[in-house]
Amino acid sequence: MAAQNLQSVPAELTAGTSETAEADGQANFDRVIAEDSRIEPKDWMPAAYRKTLLRQISQHAHSEIIGMQPEANWISRAPSLKRKAILMAKVQDEAGHGLYLYSAAESLGQNRDEMTDALIAGKARYSSIFNYPALTWADMGAIGWLVDGAAICNQVPLCRASYGPYGRAMVRICKEESFHQRQGFEILLELSNGTPAQKQMAQDAVNRWYAPALMMFGPPDDDSPNSKQSMAWNIKRFSNDELRSRFVGMMVEQVRVLGLTLPDDQIRFNEDSKKWEHGPLDWDEFHEVLAGRGPCNSQRLERRREAHDGGAWVREAAAAYAQKQSMKTKEYAA
Amino acid sequence: MSEANASATRITPGNALRPEDIALEVRTGLAKPTEDTAEYALRLGDDALILAQRLGHWISRAPELEEDIALGNIALDELGHARSFLSYAGGAMTNDDGSARSEDDLAYFRREHEFRSVQLFEQPNGDFAATIARQFVVSYYQFLLYSRLTESKDATLAAIAAKAVKEVDYHRDHAAQWVLRLAGGTEESRKRMIHGFRIMWPYVEELFRDDDLTGRLAEAGIAVAPSSLKEDFDRLTGEVLTEAGLEVPDVPAAPGGGRQGKHSEHLGYILAEMQVLAREHPGASW
Amino acid sequence: MSPHGNPEAPASSATEINREAPKASPAPQEHTDHAWGLWEVFVRSSRGLSHVHAGSLHAPDAAMALRNARDLYTRRNEGVSIWVVPADAIAASDPDSKGAFFESPQGKDYRHATYYTKSEGVKHL
Ligand SMILES: [Fe+2]
Ligand SMILES: [Fe+2]
Ligand SMILES: [Fe+2]
Repeated sequence: MAAQNLQSVPAELTAGTSETAEADGQANFDRVIAEDSRIEPKDWMPAAYRKTLLRQISQHAHSEIIGMQPEANWISRAPSLKRKAILMAKVQDEAGHGLYLYSAAESLGQNRDEMTDALIAGKARYSSIFNYPALTWADMGAIGWLVDGAAICNQVPLCRASYGPYGRAMVRICKEESFHQRQGFEILLELSNGTPAQKQMAQDAVNRWYAPALMMFGPPDDDSPNSKQSMAWNIKRFSNDELRSRFVGMMVEQVRVLGLTLPDDQIRFNEDSKKWEHGPLDWDEFHEVLAGRGPCNSQRLERRREAHDGGAWVREAAAAYAQKQSMKTKEYAA
Repeated sequence: MSEANASATRITPGNALRPEDIALEVRTGLAKPTEDTAEYALRLGDDALILAQRLGHWISRAPELEEDIALGNIALDELGHARSFLSYAGGAMTNDDGSARSEDDLAYFRREHEFRSVQLFEQPNGDFAATIARQFVVSYYQFLLYSRLTESKDATLAAIAAKAVKEVDYHRDHAAQWVLRLAGGTEESRKRMIHGFRIMWPYVEELFRDDDLTGRLAEAGIAVAPSSLKEDFDRLTGEVLTEAGLEVPDVPAAPGGGRQGKHSEHLGYILAEMQVLAREHPGASW
Repeated sequence: MSPHGNPEAPASSATEINREAPKASPAPQEHTDHAWGLWEVFVRSSRGLSHVHAGSLHAPDAAMALRNARDLYTRRNEGVSIWVVPADAIAASDPDSKGAFFESPQGKDYRHATYYTKSEGVKHL
């Protein structure tokens, strides 16, 4: 097969012992990272780099997919047909984001089904925020504004991640996310300008989603052991606390436009550090939720499991059909 | 950010007819349906709305992520058609306070017996095969209907149909592809496909039933007589069924009655869920 | 075609997960419960332009791959034409051989118009 030929010929040209290949690979990798260029799938890369990426990208993909659920919960009850259409399109986009990211992870050598199996076996992590329930319509606003907002803050720098396929997936995702945050903001704005009951609903949702959204940036820097290495590899560009602080600054401005408040009376701009500061976050709760003991963990995984296991017969049918068709084609050819 | 340009493809909103455009035309008096035409638009709008509501349920539950997106697209298309038809229908109807009825007034503040969708659309999703069976019938029906409706003497109906027919053409392809795969896949999938058709088929006949309204409107060149679609429907669906090695299920037809507001037990639940929030806050805007 | 062939799979000189890993290790195969193959998607954004790689997806066959590509990669008017290719049908050059494989064009400035400076200022040239 052509693919094998192409791959083996140049390899012979550069043939050496495996140690020198390893050393060459490391040198090339270091040079690419130092130049702030991109690593591509077939490049040599350190085992730990690959592992870190696989973990991060697959977690990110799982988050997109599990993240569909809290919002899908309101598609059938959206209070206007326009909102129903917007919400459907948004949740559908999240499925797309999951797909782009699973593809990026697949380029590192793990297939989607393995990742899905790890997820539904409870062995893989995803963003803890999606284990909170979406209780009212206003949650569609708060999720779009705060959760997608935090996601954008996290993701824009990832467009420059050193791993090419990840960065490219993020470019596509970020383009779509900007609509997500705006539609969330608009939902809250409508509610805030609506009846007293609607405004109350909006404030209540912001109160519930604020802290979990801040925790989406991950543990504080001194409690985030992997961050340093990820930054050295140009996977991450900014620290958790740095991004969180920026996000708080943006929200402070925007919440005023909404005519709502953030449930945090300790937000202030630190003139010395030039950074936004916020009140303490409940990291015990964060770790509890991450460990599987959040309000919706088991419900979210069960839905994923049902869809995957319940859909197995469909995937099998399509695969069997494809095989039969290709046999038929071969018979014709023979 | 230079990387923003690294994405291979670009994004544009396109310039097709939107539900908002219809609503605007109705509000400004540019489009004004007769009572008959409005009732007809209501029928088609309700069909599409109930189907969109059903299909929306699949998002986050489909057999594979790619199919979440495919069914989501179809649901969004149907919802768009529903909004256009309902916006138009509302142009000949008034609320109690005298204002014209909007798409949302019609979707959220009518009772079960006021819905005009035929019963096939409200049938439960069941498993993926049942959904595909319903989708297969519905999309061929809508494709044939909208194809002919593009020639309606009512310019608004014709315009809505012109946009919708292209989308529905894709829906029927999607459904046919899956009918072939499920019927010709595994033993289990074939069994399920056959079962799906069996439970949906009793509601097929109702799609092609004429009544006074369609009689008057077809006569005037505004509507399509449902019965006139039957022959093409049988032929086109028959071709796919034959290729799939399936037969038209031999099951008795249900009496139907959706066009007169008689529904199966399912519609009440669909509406209860769809309308609950809007009704908790009457008069609110979202 | 293997269900998970991938032209972007890591090269064999790489580390713990090597190029053959997805195919050779039995565990993923058992897990793949007829998982669909990987396809690469190329989208032409408007007439006159080339098809450009947009991303990948899973599908049981070419017909479905095209449709899935339409749904996934052209939801926002991104394209007027789509190609799909089974991922493992793509032959790719070896990144480790970058030197030898791509050295020849280096230094051959005379292949480029900018090399010819004496004609600067001459019109229509
Ligand atoms: Fe997303
Ligand atoms: Fe699996
Ligand atoms: Fe999003």
